[in-house]
Amino acid sequence: MASNPFAHVVTKVCGPPSAADYGADKLLRAVVWGAAAVILLLVTYIVFELGRQAFPAMLSFGPEFLYSTTWDVQAKQFGILPEIWGTLYSSLLALLLGGVLGVAIAIFLTQDFLDHRVSNVFRTIVEMLAAIPSVVYGLWGIYVLIPLIRPGANWLHDSLGWFPFFGTSLSGPGMAPAALVLAVMILPTVAAISVDAFKRVPYKVKEAAYGMGTTRWEAILKVMLPSASSGILAALVLGFGRALGETMALAMLIGNSNQISLSLFAPANTLASLLASSFPEAGPIEVQALMYAALALLAITLLVNVFGLWIMKAATRKFEGR
Amino acid sequence: MTFQHALKTTALAGCLSIVAFSSALSADTTVNGSGASFPFPLYAKWAKDFSRQNKDVRVQYQAVGSGAGIRAFIAETVDFAASDAAMNDDEISKVPTEKGVVLLPMTAGEVVLSYNLPGNPELKLPRDVLIDIFSGKLDSWQDERIAKANPEIDLPDDEITVVRRSDSSGTTYVFTGHLAAASETFKQEVGHGKSVNWPKSFVGAPKNDGVAAMIKQTPGAIGYIEYGYAEATRQPMATLQNKAGEFVKPGEKSGTAALASAEFPSTDLPGYAGTPDLRVWVNDPAGKEAYPIATFTWMLFYQHQDEEKAKLLRDFVEYGLNQGQKDAPKMGYIPLPDNVKAKVERALKLVGGEQ
Repeated sequence: MASNPFAHVVTKVCGPPSAADYGADKLLRAVVWGAAAVILLLVTYIVFELGRQAFPAMLSFGPEFLYSTTWDVQAKQFGILPEIWGTLYSSLLALLLGGVLGVAIAIFLTQDFLDHRVSNVFRTIVEMLAAIPSVVYGLWGIYVLIPLIRPGANWLHDSLGWFPFFGTSLSGPGMAPAALVLAVMILPTVAAISVDAFKRVPYKVKEAAYGMGTTRWEAILKVMLPSASSGILAALVLGFGRALGETMALAMLIGNSNQISLSLFAPANTLASLLASSFPEAGPIEVQALMYAALALLAITLLVNVFGLWIMKAATRKFEGR
Repeated sequence: MTFQHALKTTALAGCLSIVAFSSALSADTTVNGSGASFPFPLYAKWAKDFSRQNKDVRVQYQAVGSGAGIRAFIAETVDFAASDAAMNDDEISKVPTEKGVVLLPMTAGEVVLSYNLPGNPELKLPRDVLIDIFSGKLDSWQDERIAKANPEIDLPDDEITVVRRSDSSGTTYVFTGHLAAASETFKQEVGHGKSVNWPKSFVGAPKNDGVAAMIKQTPGAIGYIEYGYAEATRQPMATLQNKAGEFVKPGEKSGTAALASAEFPSTDLPGYAGTPDLRVWVNDPAGKEAYPIATFTWMLFYQHQDEEKAKLLRDFVEYGLNQGQKDAPKMGYIPLPDNVKAKVERALKLVGGEQ
């Protein structure tokens, strides 16, 4: 038994890299660079293509497109201020509801309120909400949610009608059902990412907090929440992004009415819903206007993401000292 | 277990490939069409029955909307298209002249007013009330004109919630066509088209089914949908007052009466001498028994194409004009009157082979 049983390993570890190793390395590098480049090229191409098709509309309608309120195909008047308003208003409401609820669920699932196995089951159920198709949410909204909230909404309008948020009665579709469904739709995104953010906080941090004599709630609110803040903010930004772009459920629930109203019960419209409902039958000039609107939606999403990243950075610096 | 599974998969794949093969072998001529969604159920039935009767051909029709159908027709990505609003002169001029256009009315339909009132009573809507509701000037069911026309109904004190189409559609085109013909103010303020400048308080819902669902779910709602769709889903339909002042229920008989008043233009299709212009609208029929909102819907064909396809298309239209018309009333469409059928038969000869 003179031969060395480790001979093949030894050569592999100690020998200089072979030509094949270099090749594999180069190949991997090319694939990874390629994948990254494809994403960049794709985004650039989408922006370019949208811009190219929207260009005639941008020339003829100018910035007025962004702050006028009429969408009249026959008169060739196009303005998307009500849609911009509706998009931001519905998304903000959804973020408020879905964000609070999502973070609360994340706290519930990670801060030892539940047995480990039970909390895993729970988490799977919340994540399953993300698998429900948008159109099902829309139908659920029409057939279940609207009849459910109508009596309450109309009571609010009757007794507190002077308050701008309850200024109109809820007949059917409107901002409130749309925002509620949107909140449920962004819930899994917010909850899942917040859970990960809490799990990333080292256990020692919590132990140290308890060691200093905090109660459970003090530990959660004053130590865990700030420590996980960058991850939670990321969850909120992603949730908001999803809410901005959500289409089908909103097209079914928001009422598609081009008006700007603070009232939660008035019908409104969003950019994505306008695009979805007008594209199939649009004539050439309307298509250009729709492309312009799509570009506006893209810009809003981009701004929101940049703003979110900036807040996230600030929070990280403040709470995590990085 | 795994062996069995593999066996099953192989068997299934085998079956599928045989099916695929046999259909590929038998259907050696296929024509594709796309367009209006309103006549889709009828056209799909024609296509199915026609393909079954003629073993070696296949007709496919996709409901993508009138506008998209016209775009596909101009871009020459289909063999025929369908549109509820026919084609306007501008669109006709965009079709390459070496292909040529001919527009044939193939069936007809009505637009009905559906509503949500307690107990689903039979509602009668006077002409001026209909116009006022859809101009946004009337928002209470307690209006005395409604009460006068419907003494037996206990009208609720709900607001009237008007549901309109949020997408651009042929249904809206036909409906606003009637209102614009009946009222000059409506024409000025709201307009006539596939999507118009509705009052801002109206609620928009996508497609016929979206509008129908919204009406069903909203007490005090009213909206317009296709007759065939309302019939299939058993929505209540309002009786409307026509130009002669009579209240008429939607249906095959009143629809046929409306179409009978259609007067086709005597001119040729713009740019095509010798091709009859079969575009006609019955926006406000005068007949006593006529239901006020009825319309034809068209198929669009090229005048020049592959001879084999041309023959298939002619046979298909021939089928639709004869056996096909018998399916129409059952499915909520109005069969073509005989004089219109004769015109279409004559114009059909223009669908021909290469120039």
